[in-house]
Amino acid sequence: MDRIWTKKRTVSRFAAVLAVVTGALASLPSPAFAMHISEGLLPASWAVLWYIVAIPFVALGLRELQRRNEEFPYFKPLVGLVGAAVFLISCMPIPVPTAGTCSHPCGTGIAAILIGPGLTVVVASIALTLQALFLAHGGLTTLGANIVSMGVVGSYVGFGAWLIARRVGIPWIAAAFLAGLLSDWATYAMTSFELTAALHGAGSFSAMFSLILIAFVPTQLPLGILEGILCAGALHFVRSRKPELLQMAAAGGAT
Amino acid sequence: MKKAVLILTFAGLLLTGPTCPPGQAASWSGVDETVIEKFAEKAGRTAREPFINTDQGDLLLFVFLVAGIVGGFIGGYNFRTLFPPRRGVGDEKDV
Repeated sequence: MDRIWTKKRTVSRFAAVLAVVTGALASLPSPAFAMHISEGLLPASWAVLWYIVAIPFVALGLRELQRRNEEFPYFKPLVGLVGAAVFLISCMPIPVPTAGTCSHPCGTGIAAILIGPGLTVVVASIALTLQALFLAHGGLTTLGANIVSMGVVGSYVGFGAWLIARRVGIPWIAAAFLAGLLSDWATYAMTSFELTAALHGAGSFSAMFSLILIAFVPTQLPLGILEGILCAGALHFVRSRKPELLQMAAAGGAT
Repeated sequence: MKKAVLILTFAGLLLTGPTCPPGQAASWSGVDETVIEKFAEKAGRTAREPFINTDQGDLLLFVFLVAGIVGGFIGGYNFRTLFPPRRGVGDEKDV
């Protein structure tokens, strides 16, 4: 009987892995419509500056990774799962019919709730580096800027929104929705800021910033809502299947 | 009921029709082209080829395929570790 049970378990495990792989493949086969800042768009001084801003956050995240690895069981698989999810989500182009364009969610809101914003910066950095190296998605010179917008701003804004919403008594599902929504919008607001700061020249900073921000709206408004729904759905799943995983969240009573 | 309202709201949001100019089909370009590169070009900056340029013919499809397989496998493996399948009532007899 043991053998039958093991066989059943192996088959179902294989089926689940196959389903995830198929899902991932189905979501990725289109040409790369990169949404990060492309290679060479930022002048060298700005590219270096954003690296300097990003490095301390990555270093803090790596230190946290080491500390929490010894503290919690299930830590490695959770970080592995969240890392894979952030990688797949952030290179998945989603067509937005309201705008006739494609863009991608970031996954940093739910990642920040599950593993904390520090570690989210680390997994986002790894995802962005792989995309810049092999998927013609973003760029190595603009990696620092992309880490700051998606990794740092996306995760800290998402986590902050979650924390504040919970502290003021907003139900967890609405708080998770807000975290996903705001992390997405903040990422693209930061991208607008980075572009404007580097490229406004003698023109008005605020005029160019508002123009870029407004240009993002038709695509990112619905995608932010989608990201909020994904975030709330993912948290609902974890709460119902394995609530003890939420104890690993950095702070803020994720339960 | 809640689910139906959510689905309808989201579908309505997505299907209100492309806002691209009349008579012109949606291009489905990424916001990198429609927003980021557009503004960068106006400011005199153009995107450079990536250092490892996989955006050649079907090579990019292959790389995305590999990325999907590896990412999907890592995600699936860890998912199964964290969320093992629930045993049914009948399954307990087999153990």
